[in-house]
Amino acid sequence: MNTEKNIKTLIVEKPLKLDCGKTIKDFPIAYETYGSLNSKKDNAILVFHALTGDQFVTGINPVTNKEGWWSYAVGPDKAIDTNKYFVICSNVIGGCMGSYGPSHKDPDQKIFGINFPVITINDMVNAQYNLLDHFGIDKLFSITGGSMGGMQVLQFISNFPDKSKTVIPIATTSSHSAQNIAFNELGRQAITADSNWKDGNYTSNDTNPGKGLAVARMAAHITYLSKKGLQEKFGRKLQEREDLKFGFDADFQIESYLRYQGSVFVDRFDANSYLYITRAMDYFDLAKKFNGNLSEAFINTNAKFFIISFTSDWLYPTQENKDIVIALNSIGADVGFVEIESDKGHDSFLLDVPDFLSALKNFLDKSYEEN
Amino acid sequence: MKNEFQVIADLIEKDKKVLDVGCADGTLMKFLKDNKNINIRGLEISKEKVQECIAKGLTVIEGNAEKDLKQFPDKSFDYVVLSQTLQAFLNPELVLNELLRVGKKAIVTIPNFGYWKVRFHLLFKGTMPITKTLPDEWYNTPNLHMCTIKDFFHFVKSKDIKIFKSLALNNLDKSTINQSNLGVKNLFADLGIFLIEK
Repeated sequence: MNTEKNIKTLIVEKPLKLDCGKTIKDFPIAYETYGSLNSKKDNAILVFHALTGDQFVTGINPVTNKEGWWSYAVGPDKAIDTNKYFVICSNVIGGCMGSYGPSHKDPDQKIFGINFPVITINDMVNAQYNLLDHFGIDKLFSITGGSMGGMQVLQFISNFPDKSKTVIPIATTSSHSAQNIAFNELGRQAITADSNWKDGNYTSNDTNPGKGLAVARMAAHITYLSKKGLQEKFGRKLQEREDLKFGFDADFQIESYLRYQGSVFVDRFDANSYLYITRAMDYFDLAKKFNGNLSEAFINTNAKFFIISFTSDWLYPTQENKDIVIALNSIGADVGFVEIESDKGHDSFLLDVPDFLSALKNFLDKSYEEN
Repeated sequence: MKNEFQVIADLIEKDKKVLDVGCADGTLMKFLKDNKNINIRGLEISKEKVQECIAKGLTVIEGNAEKDLKQFPDKSFDYVVLSQTLQAFLNPELVLNELLRVGKKAIVTIPNFGYWKVRFHLLFKGTMPITKTLPDEWYNTPNLHMCTIKDFFHFVKSKDIKIFKSLALNNLDKSTINQSNLGVKNLFADLGIFLIEK
């Protein structure tokens, strides 16, 4: 799960006061970069990952040996062209790919487990802000990310209004809905109901709540796809059998697929991190600090926004993305918006969706030309 | 670029903030941005056209003018442009009111149903007119509320909307419309261009 090799780490010495009231310092942020920073340092793009992502955006992830989570979008000549831009991505705090999280040890050398402080999206971006100082970047060219990555994008530009020229939130929301919270709670309950979870102390005896985490992943995975997409891919097709077996094995391909998704997830993700990160998403409500007026969150920025949603995304539907557009328009911000036609559901932003990738590329490249 | 866009561009001073409603592929937006340093935004309903605008580096919002203009604050643009689209809305009056609320001024162009070729077509052929500005058949036209230059002229007057400039366009020939020549312009212009304010 959490191997130290191949992980670049920045130790943040400066104390960071978290929303929960606790202060952390001397904590690690694991990051990766792609492309190279130019001499003017004006070509950096900070990418924020989603719930189960990590800093390994593209190429082969050295820990899992699988393709990076945004390989379709990031790389040489791709939408986020690493021949041109310097891409930085870091593992969120609370995560399990090297950044400070529940699998780390507390000052008494005991693994945190659920004694790790509850973190928020705000804490995540405040921690990641230290990367700008680390690379000597005064202003990013762009910040982008989908899903929880999009939440971090919104929070980042609200906290640091003059630190990015362009802002691209994708398939996201400014406030987690009751439905979003409900699905996350389902996942957390699956984990904590696993007898191996042991109040989060499982790491000490090396037995993981793998079954619970797998169920959490299976439930979440359904929310990332569309009904149409599932029907077209699986329908009622049977899994390596001629007929129904009148039992509870995976008769249907969709069952087998979900079981597989659950099992591979357990190999790369920490159950406690899943609790912490879903909690951070649920607590996200950007307008709350501004008495419900979302526009106020962006009042100090001159950044150019480009918001993208997908037709079949029912987890972070177009309307929730449009609410961000509306909030920006009401203060005269520079904001573009497009809803991409796709039947791949919320996962569209991670997949080969040509209209999405070309819109992303065109927006970035044209904005960079105007630099 | 079509002559209509040149005439619209001539009505807009440099360095202004402009919203192009139904901006299509962004041809007018690009011209205004490049030649007049206009801070330009577009609203467009077609996903394909939105993509074309993005490829030109233009700020465009995918949306529907009948629903999505309400998100813009009062008088937040110096000009709001609506080119040959008013007749395609379910409720043109509502859209016109929104244009005049969002823009300090609005530039509205309308294909003239009073144009002599249109009248002749209906009079002699007895079928729905098809011209350069009205290219579609009756069964597939997006137009729901066709009007003449005279209709529009009377309409804006009756609503106490101020007309700053009203121009008649016939191919490359541009002339001013006023109360006394309204009948003639309504016959010989295929397009009316109005600069209005409320």
